[in-house]
Amino acid sequence: MNFDLTEERQMLQDGLRRYLRENVTPEALNAATDSQTGHSEAVWEGLTEMGVIGALFSEDDGGFGGAGFDLSVVFEEMGRAGVFEPLLETGVLAGGLIAALGSDAQKEMIEEIIAGKVLSFAHGEPRARYDLNHVETKAEQTAEGWTLSGTKTVVGHAAIADAFVVSARTAGDAADEDGISLFLVPADAEGLSIRDYPMNGGGRAGEVTLDGVTVPADALIGEAGKAFPEIEKAAARATAAISAEALGLMETIRELTVGYLQQRKQFGKPIGKFQALQHRMADVLIEIEQARSAVINLAGHLDSPRAERERHVSATKNLIGRAGRLVAEESIQMHGGIGMTQEYALGHLAKRLTMVDHRFGDTDFHLERFIRLSAA
Amino acid sequence: MDLTYTDDQKAFRDEVRSFLAEKLPKRLSDKVAGGKRLTKEDYEEWHAILNEKGWLGVTWPKEHGGTGWDAVERHIFEEETTRAAAPRIVPFGLNMLGPVLMKFGSKEQQAHYLPRILNGDDWWCQGYSEPGAGSDLASVKTTAVREGDHYIVNGQKTWTTLGQYANMIFCLVRTSKDGKPQEGISFLLIDMDTPGVTVRPIVLIDGEAEVNEVWFEDVKVPAENLVGEENKGWTYAKYLLTHERTNIAGVGFATSALSNLKRIAGLEQSGGKPLIENPFFAAKMAQVEIDLMAMATTNLRTIAAAAAGNAPGAESSMLKIKGTVIRQEINALTRQAVGPYAMPFVSEALDEGANVSPVGPDYALPATQSYFNNRKLSIYGGSNEVQRQIISKAILEL
Ligand SMILES: Cc1cc2nc3c(=O)[nH]c(=O)nc-3n(C[C@H](O)[C@H](O)[C@H](O)COP(=O)(O)OP(=O)(O)OC[C@H]3O[C@@H](n4cnc5c(N)ncnc54)[C@H](O)[C@@H]3O)c2cc1C
Repeated sequence: MNFDLTEERQMLQDGLRRYLRENVTPEALNAATDSQTGHSEAVWEGLTEMGVIGALFSEDDGGFGGAGFDLSVVFEEMGRAGVFEPLLETGVLAGGLIAALGSDAQKEMIEEIIAGKVLSFAHGEPRARYDLNHVETKAEQTAEGWTLSGTKTVVGHAAIADAFVVSARTAGDAADEDGISLFLVPADAEGLSIRDYPMNGGGRAGEVTLDGVTVPADALIGEAGKAFPEIEKAAARATAAISAEALGLMETIRELTVGYLQQRKQFGKPIGKFQALQHRMADVLIEIEQARSAVINLAGHLDSPRAERERHVSATKNLIGRAGRLVAEESIQMHGGIGMTQEYALGHLAKRLTMVDHRFGDTDFHLERFIRLSAA
Repeated sequence: MDLTYTDDQKAFRDEVRSFLAEKLPKRLSDKVAGGKRLTKEDYEEWHAILNEKGWLGVTWPKEHGGTGWDAVERHIFEEETTRAAAPRIVPFGLNMLGPVLMKFGSKEQQAHYLPRILNGDDWWCQGYSEPGAGSDLASVKTTAVREGDHYIVNGQKTWTTLGQYANMIFCLVRTSKDGKPQEGISFLLIDMDTPGVTVRPIVLIDGEAEVNEVWFEDVKVPAENLVGEENKGWTYAKYLLTHERTNIAGVGFATSALSNLKRIAGLEQSGGKPLIENPFFAAKMAQVEIDLMAMATTNLRTIAAAAAGNAPGAESSMLKIKGTVIRQEINALTRQAVGPYAMPFVSEALDEGANVSPVGPDYALPATQSYFNNRKLSIYGGSNEVQRQIISKAILEL
């Protein structure tokens, strides 16, 4: 057993942490939240210059990492700083799917992605909730290529994406796993429109409407109708990434809260001297350590056979959801009124942590799924 | 034991119901039910309608223009108005200051202020908390120094709810540094239009600015605005807090929040079935409903005791803890129920008549907002930790 990071990953973590600490202030996060683009161009540039996006891809694909522990190292730091850059959308989801299924010509785009080009994965739909197999968007083959129609919802960073990887049904019924295909669609394609809006916890997303969008035949990524297994795998990697992000958020929240308990005085002493709060903070700490182990479990099983991998996906996401809620709620409570304010750093972090439960399946969704996968 | 209401009480409920059916503007109930932002004018409109009927001073005796209702009648009124999605009665003048003035205020203060509260001339806010005085309220530092027929007030209050709408604030101020901290506090009424008063909004995590910071810089306050005696303010403050904690259980709010949750869980689909049929979600919903059913009776038991003349003491602390935990759990389940649509935050859509459509179903945005906003329930009005201290001291004698 060895739970230490490799030397390379340790360097990546140290560098990232230093960079983010020096460049991301609560004011900068607020400015990014209020900005039209919903992220910080400066931080995005900084991350690309450090080559961080390359850490999300394997050497074969032009990166220098790509394993579960690379994802967890990178995203834990993103969470620690509370940033909301399009890393997941570009590097893990859209980029990951292109790396997994793309033709040689399509894969050439990965180099641009590593250099900072933003893509997003337009997959979720109004009636899908968290079901990855629920795709109603249709793609029909035409003489020139494909025509896509449907609505995709809560597509992360949609308005700043240069292109989308879009899932659409080329066969089967709404909930079939078979018959789902992926297409590379430029953001300026005719018939594609975006309603862009801010998100709780920072960043922006969009409702993407495809109204008879025509793309050439070579826009198809991989084989028609066979994309589901790779979508599930990409979602597993994304779950590992945001679980690590949640862990980073929890770490910063813990530091802030412990600091506050030491410093805030009521009744003539620091409130951290009240046993009622000491015990609860101790429970928070225990749950964060559990969360760390859960992240390690998933990161270490991303390349395992499907059944084993997916069991870990659901176990980790369920635990992260439970721990996340406890940490967010308890930290606000122990701060009192100040914890409720937008201005103080905790508010953003706690909100972002809470929202993790609304992505890629919540605690209940994964509890049910874990039971099902364990019985199989 | 008899869990049924008397015939008189049933008749009263019918009367409240038909009044609401006739007089509560649909525009207002639609806003409340839809989780939309209420304006100052909305509250004032509803207050005026109630006042016209003589039903605004719900906790007030008849001699001061109140309803003279007992605790059970008040409870029935609460239940019916929340069920009908009426705006809440803003408590600061009516439920907090009013009772204090009736008990400790001068005849002049009563004659001047009480009618103004009822007819909406004054909008009061509560200036208790300070940056350094939260749970430890007795450590307030804002000073009031007597100079002739005036007090000169200096200091800062914070978390002042709806202070942006208020023209009057009742404050705890320090008039003496001698003795125990509780002993040098006075209860002062301050006109917010006086030179030297500054109000700054604080934005909370739900994106709304319902609370404020209030600064006092050499603010001149007439001495006749002192309530009761100098340095005896702590007694009045504590009396007010027992009134602040009326309806603390929030059974009506919880009940309507629960039916909203059930409605949403019936509309949302999970794995091809309504979410309400999902065993994991259904179990959590059932659990909180079971808690609420018992809670409603715990509340009624306290109300019955109060109607029989027993002032509620530490029981209100039990109601506060259990009531807030239940409401927060319902809010959390509602947020969970809306799924990925809990994430978009289009706050303009909360304004009445906004030409911004919501993202996803119309119930999604208010669900997330209420969840974050109602984290306050366990913090304000004496945090749940402080309530536990009260219970362990006063009831358990630990
Ligand atoms: C939305 C909102 C609206 C409000 N409206 C008003 C208003 O209109 N007017 C007004 O005057 N005030 C108002 N308040 C202030 C409110 O009453 C205080 O926030 C509350 O009393 C807690 O004080 P604090 O925020 O300073 O927290 P602190 O007192 O600093 O408490 C921080 C944490 O320590 C815990 N703690 C403190 N003492 C103890 C102890 N002895 N044992 C165990 N734990 C302890 C608390 O429970 C809390 O978890 C409002 C607050 C909020 C959030």
